[in-house]
Amino acid sequence: MDLADQIAQYMVSGLSTGAIYALIGIGFAIIYNSTEIINFAQGELVMLGGMFTLFFLETMKLPLPLSILLAVLATIASGVLFERLTIRPLKAPTPLSLIIITIGGSILIRGIAMLVWGKDTHALPAFSGSEPIAVGSATILPQHLWIFALTGIAIVSNKLFFQYTITGKAMRACAVNRRAAGLVGIDVRRMVLFSFAISGGLGSLAGIIVAPLTMTSYDVGIMLGLKGFCAAIIGGLSGGIGTVLGGLLLGTLESLGAGLISSGYKDAIAFVILLLILFIRPQGLFGRAQTERV
Amino acid sequence: MRILHLAVLTILGFLLASPVLAAEPFRIGALFSVTGPASFLGEPEKNTLEMLVKEANAKGGIKGRKLELVVYDTQGDATKAVQLATKLIKNDKVSVIVGPSTTGETMAIIPLVEKEKIPLISCAAGIKITEPVKKYVFKTPANDHVAAEKIFNYMAAKKQKSVALLTVTDGFGSSGREQLKDMAKKKGIAIVADETYGPKDTDMTAQLTKIKGSKADAIICWGTNPGPAIITRNVKQLGIKIPLYMSHGVASKKYIELCGPDAAEGVLLPAGKLAIYEKLKHSDPQYKLLKEYDKSYKKAFSVEASTFGGYAYDSFLLISEAMKKGTTPEQLRDGLEGVKKLVSVSGIYNMSSADHNGLDLNAFEMVKIVKCDWELAK
Repeated sequence: MDLADQIAQYMVSGLSTGAIYALIGIGFAIIYNSTEIINFAQGELVMLGGMFTLFFLETMKLPLPLSILLAVLATIASGVLFERLTIRPLKAPTPLSLIIITIGGSILIRGIAMLVWGKDTHALPAFSGSEPIAVGSATILPQHLWIFALTGIAIVSNKLFFQYTITGKAMRACAVNRRAAGLVGIDVRRMVLFSFAISGGLGSLAGIIVAPLTMTSYDVGIMLGLKGFCAAIIGGLSGGIGTVLGGLLLGTLESLGAGLISSGYKDAIAFVILLLILFIRPQGLFGRAQTERV
Repeated sequence: MRILHLAVLTILGFLLASPVLAAEPFRIGALFSVTGPASFLGEPEKNTLEMLVKEANAKGGIKGRKLELVVYDTQGDATKAVQLATKLIKNDKVSVIVGPSTTGETMAIIPLVEKEKIPLISCAAGIKITEPVKKYVFKTPANDHVAAEKIFNYMAAKKQKSVALLTVTDGFGSSGREQLKDMAKKKGIAIVADETYGPKDTDMTAQLTKIKGSKADAIICWGTNPGPAIITRNVKQLGIKIPLYMSHGVASKKYIELCGPDAAEGVLLPAGKLAIYEKLKHSDPQYKLLKEYDKSYKKAFSVEASTFGGYAYDSFLLISEAMKKGTTPEQLRDGLEGVKKLVSVSGIYNMSSADHNGLDLNAFEMVKIVKCDWELAK
């Protein structure tokens, strides 16, 4: 296997990991844009997606497609419940206290998941077999195609929702100026609730489509959440293409770094990029200093 | 008047207490990380020890003395381990301590037990615990280098001369990595790639692609689930054909389940005998004990017995053996050091003043995964 073939494999591996980071990152961005908080429980929503699927599939013995659907719905419900119980009751919310609440919430969700489902790692079956597919000299699994396809669909429908539906437009209005949005009759609190529902859905989707590849357990949310957060920061916390590119870039750099430099520095690469972006271009690689964020 | 009352009561109390003191039970202290990140170790250890103490007491104790077990949860925290060890020694007045579950915690309490002269039987695997030998410190899990040596011996028999390492960046992996490098040098096997991965990483195709380019004869992966399972799947995805060796850290059916039947086929690893006792010859000295342990553990906790619980089992057997020589901490220490040919879960113990672990290459068997099951590798 010569270097060119190796690099091809690094790129393919990196892109497929990056697609996941992107999907998780968008969840961060959506909540940030309607509430100005970074929801550190986003990784836990990803975990819940995988664990709920497992629960419906193995404990309730339902077929896989139905399990996935129910898991997405259950995670959306968890996201909504989380907002209702922790974010909304706050009398005088400041971004800092809200962020701290989400960190606390993430620890709580993780703890509950551990008590309910135990500490074991579980594997989900692949959606359509696990025979490797050759792409040039590199190989990927059918599951990677599912990841690309579902990430693509999720991102496009997300875009359409925010551009063309009245609710989507109302959420964007909240992003631009909450007070003004409230003044023109938009129910800001309801939009916040929606944003948690949507990012719960996207997060769970990410958790479900990676589970056959990466396994799932009560604590997968921490690292996936952090990487998704990096992707969102690189993309300037945009709910669209910026975060997608951020995720893909992060995945590819990690993979190339692990392959060509040293695998010991793989996570360091991600976090060095994160720090550099925050120092040099806090508005994100692709953002202008003032930009609409949805 | 009241003071007089109190004095009488106190004296009465002493009088009543003294016969109890004479038949005081033998106290075993235990420190396990029952909760926290290392709970997969601490939980089966605590369960096993409690089960054994209960069984022994039902039979009237050991040498006529009932046993009393005091278990504390260290949560995997070295500072807590030191506090709780102090409590075991000063308040609970235990004669011997079993645990802690991890190497870090064990290293933290060694100075304390050495000073207080209380024998410690650690359930952690780190080589630093018993090398160099400390007077009061013993440990039950076999050293990592024993597992490494087992793999390299097998490789040598198969004429594999170069190897690629892929180790996890936690305590288990980094210690394994050092031992592997050391042992490879001794056995004359070349290390052509030395890669690592994080315990929470989700894709290792990058490292494996690099390994594929390195032209190694075999891959050795050192980690605990889920990493090795992901690696096994990645190996299959990349179509890597060279043999894949795993560490004893994944010697459970869970690993095969996580890999899926296709990917796990043909993976080789040194396994503790508990995981594979059904495959052992019935004449194997450990067979009966392993079977009984697995059966009674399953009955009590409705899950399979694990290698980790086995470490507590070993500690218990070592203590009961040592108690034959006397029950003061000093006599126990001498008793532990004098243990010979003690058949237990992790292997057959032969302690000496130069070896406070007492296990050798026979603690492991090389196994191959064939059709979702273990098969002794030849």
